[in-house]
Amino acid sequence: MELDAPVLLSVDDLDTLIATLRTDGYRVIGPTVRDGAIVHAELTGVGDLPRGWTDEQGPGSYRLHRRDDDALFGYAVGPSSPRRELLPPRHRLWTAVSDGDVGFRVREEEHVPAKLALLGVRGCELAAIAVQDRVFLHGLYEDQVYTANRQDLLLVAVECGTPSGSCFCASMGTGPGIDGGADLTLTELFDPHRFLTRAGSTRGQELLAQLDHTGAGAADQDERTHRMDAAAEQMGRHLDTTDLHDLLLGNLEHPRWDDVAERCLACTNCTLVCPTCFCTTMEDTTSLTGDEAYRDRRWDSCFALGFSHTGPGSVRSSTRARYRQWCTHKLATWIDQFGTSGCVGCGRCITWCPVGIDITEEVAAIRATDGRRAARTGASP
Amino acid sequence: MTIVDTPPQRTLTTRPYVVSTVRQQTHDIVTVDIRPEREAIAFAPGQFDMIYVYGVGEAALSISSDPAAPQLLSHTIRAVGWVTRALNHLQPGTTIGVRGPYGRPWPLADAEGRDLVVIAGGIGLAPVRPALLAALAQRERFRRVVLLVGARSPRDLVFRDDLDVWAADPAIDVHVTVDSAVRGWVGRVGVVTKLIPAVPFDPEDAVALVCGPEVMMRFAAEGLIARGMPTDRIHVTLERNMRCGVGTCGHCQLGPTLLCRDGPVYAWPEVGELMSVREL
Repeated sequence: MELDAPVLLSVDDLDTLIATLRTDGYRVIGPTVRDGAIVHAELTGVGDLPRGWTDEQGPGSYRLHRRDDDALFGYAVGPSSPRRELLPPRHRLWTAVSDGDVGFRVREEEHVPAKLALLGVRGCELAAIAVQDRVFLHGLYEDQVYTANRQDLLLVAVECGTPSGSCFCASMGTGPGIDGGADLTLTELFDPHRFLTRAGSTRGQELLAQLDHTGAGAADQDERTHRMDAAAEQMGRHLDTTDLHDLLLGNLEHPRWDDVAERCLACTNCTLVCPTCFCTTMEDTTSLTGDEAYRDRRWDSCFALGFSHTGPGSVRSSTRARYRQWCTHKLATWIDQFGTSGCVGCGRCITWCPVGIDITEEVAAIRATDGRRAARTGASP
Repeated sequence: MTIVDTPPQRTLTTRPYVVSTVRQQTHDIVTVDIRPEREAIAFAPGQFDMIYVYGVGEAALSISSDPAAPQLLSHTIRAVGWVTRALNHLQPGTTIGVRGPYGRPWPLADAEGRDLVVIAGGIGLAPVRPALLAALAQRERFRRVVLLVGARSPRDLVFRDDLDVWAADPAIDVHVTVDSAVRGWVGRVGVVTKLIPAVPFDPEDAVALVCGPEVMMRFAAEGLIARGMPTDRIHVTLERNMRCGVGTCGHCQLGPTLLCRDGPVYAWPEVGELMSVREL
């Protein structure tokens, strides 16, 4: 959805936008430099953005470098994702209050709708939010915590001009350009430094109306097209998605799973940086006196041994089974379960894997020695 | 007491129930009968609850009692983890938490006008018991009702009172076997799936409900198929780790399905192949 014609905002206008949102009571979350990485934090103005920084990413590698310009969004995605804001890593669901004997009553946690604005959201991240919406809003149960954070969520997205060496959003059809899904979508342009801005909702239009913007011309639009074409060319990775669902589910016993299991540490990093991973567990604790018992929910990972624990033991006790579960879930069974791929091509799992396992490489290896084809031709994979 | 007939309780908040009795079934299995503090919630045979023990945690447990009487709810529990061990040592009068019922029930209506074949291994009798009680309560709707029960040894048999009653009841044809006998056992010896070829029922016009260890369910399905039962009339119930019960925690995945949302009861063609993949 695109409303009205695109406009141009200056860096100062962007600062005013952040100030306006804060005055309206929004907590504005966006990228900032901390501990040698670009992470999400609350922003007070453009001064908090990673001005003049870029990132160099690859399998198991992430480094920040200085750019030779003052770009505010001249990097790809870091380890944080919107998921952290929508379903925090740990949150309380309810408290059981003991009656001092053998009884208790339950006090539910109140989930107050949040006034949250996410700034600098990329195409892959908008897609990730849509993926999680299907899990938490459109399934059996409308999750109360997710809903409280999601219902008034304001999205100020930024088209990706500097994809990293781990990125493959172009393969997954989620970027680098953005086609709706945000209240405002910015494209950063240079000489002069400006932002081509499109409203994607009436709230976005209302926000633009409060800013001192100028109209965008055909040259600005052309520059955007040029930048997005160039960005799509710069993807560090590629994933061939042809027949991907059946390829993976037809190769559940492929020797590549043993190969990757030799390298995978089952450390859970990939699932914690993934913007679509939604798995959680429940944690029960009590106060020191035992007067209250707490039910908390926290992020969990299918790489944890206890994740599949049942009476007779863990269903997926080997690392092979756990990597296979993660990879086939992301790229295949997610489609059966939720009608969409669970991978948006952001590349975080590649960058933040301590041993540099690359999902695109693993899939390519399986495709190159497709056991289904071997079965048909009688050759061994 | 009010009985509320609601769709599955899609909430993460537990509701207090009071323990009425704790009945020892075997050396490590008890049946806990509970009554709701407020209204009772109707359930269908094969559904499960998330049961909470104060300060300890929660476990997914099949309902093992009569669906006609949801005001007295039972769960039959083997002590294997923190929560189930705590449940095995409950005192009457204690409050526990319940959320549910969750999951797809047994398709009992599909068996109407046909033979109903129920096959249970060990504690697997618990999740099919509500279906048996419901079928016996409307016995005229079914042709034969056949129950095959297996256990590792005589001391591992659950619901022995029921088995005694049913054995004397012409309405139901009960066959009990144990993997290994002890002195004094005069019944059949051997795994339950070995009974399938010889038991009288019409495989071409029957519905089977199977619950037990996965390997037992695979052999049971093979035996039923070998007798000529259409695969889509064979139903099994599966177990995986469960944390939420409402399709959002990701723990109960089996390939393309989520047990809490799409199961735990499945027709054989939906899961047969998946169950043959190790560590899926």
